[in-house]
Amino acid sequence: MTIATTLERTEVPTELARGRGGGGPAPKRVVVAYGFWIFILSDMIMFSALFAAYAVLHGNTAGGPSGADLFNMRSVFIETMCLLLSSYTCGLGVLSAERGQPALFLVFAVLTFTLGAAFLFIEINEFAGMIAKGAGPSRSGFLSSFFTLVGMHGLHVASGLIALIYLVAQVLVQGLRAAVLRRLLCWSLFWHALDIVWVGVFTLVYLMGVYH
Amino acid sequence: MTDIHEYVFEDRTPGVEERGSTAGYLSYTVGLGLAILATIGSFVVAQTNLLWPPGIPVGLIVLALAQIGIHLVFFLHLGSSADSTNNILALAFGVLIVFLIITGSVWIIANLNNNMMPMPH
Repeated sequence: MTIATTLERTEVPTELARGRGGGGPAPKRVVVAYGFWIFILSDMIMFSALFAAYAVLHGNTAGGPSGADLFNMRSVFIETMCLLLSSYTCGLGVLSAERGQPALFLVFAVLTFTLGAAFLFIEINEFAGMIAKGAGPSRSGFLSSFFTLVGMHGLHVASGLIALIYLVAQVLVQGLRAAVLRRLLCWSLFWHALDIVWVGVFTLVYLMGVYH
Repeated sequence: MTDIHEYVFEDRTPGVEERGSTAGYLSYTVGLGLAILATIGSFVVAQTNLLWPPGIPVGLIVLALAQIGIHLVFFLHLGSSADSTNNILALAFGVLIVFLIITGSVWIIANLNNNMMPMPH
C-alpha cells in the first residue's frame, strides 16, 4: 500500500507524459511520425549496404578512370547546396502548413521542388557526361558501385519530388486538414533523411575520392 | 494518498490533433547556418592542405558526423523531449546496424583481398 502510494506520487504528470499511462496515449501525429521514422531507418540500412559495396569496390577501377579523374567538385558543391537549401525550405514549408498558412506553404513547396529538381538536373548531367566519356556503370567495379549508390539516392530524390507534387495537390484540394498535415510531416522526414544520406555521399564518394 | 486525483491529466486520444509544433523558423535557420559551415568546411579540408594530409579522411568523417548531428537536431528535431525517446532508441538501433554492415563488409573483404592469390596478368 505504501509502496503503491509512493509510486503514484513520484509519477509527475506533465503535458509531456505520453504513451506511458499518465497523460493519455500519444497523439496520432507522434505515432505516425514514429512509424515513418522506422521506415526511414530501414531505408538507411539499405543505403548502408550500398555504401559498404562502394567502400569495398572504390579502388577497383580496372585500368579505367578513378574518381579524381571524373568528379567535378564545383558542381558537387552546387548540388550539395541545392539539397541543403531545399531541406531548409521544406522544413519552413511544413512549419507554415502547421501554422495554417497555405499561401506561405505553397511558396516554400515551389522553392523546395525547384531546388530538388536543380539537384537532380545537375546529377543527371554529371551521369550523362560520365557515360559519354566511356565511364558508364559497366566500365569497372568502382563505377558500378558509384552509379548504384549515387543513382539510388537520385531515385529517392526523384520519388520525393513526385510525392511533393501529390501532396501539394492534396493541400490545394483538401486544405490543411490533420491527415494532410501528417502526410506533409512524414514527407519532410523523408526529405531531411535524404539530405543526411547525401552528407554521407559527398563525404565518402566525392571528397574522399579527390582529396589526394 | 488522494492527492494523485488532484492532478489534471491532459488526455489525448489518438484521433485528437494538437496544433503547432515546438520548432520555430529560428531552429531551422540556425541549423541551416551550421550545416552550411560544416559543408564548406569539408570541401575546404578536402581540397586544400589546411589539415595535415594524412589526417584529412579523419577530418572529413568528423565534419560529416557533425553535420549529420546538426541535421538530426535542427531539421528532424530529435531532442530530449518525451516525444523523441522512442525515435532516438530506434535511431540508436539503426546506427548499430549501419555500423555493423559497413565496418563488417570492409573488414571482411579487406581480409579476403589480403589472402587472394596473385592474379595472373
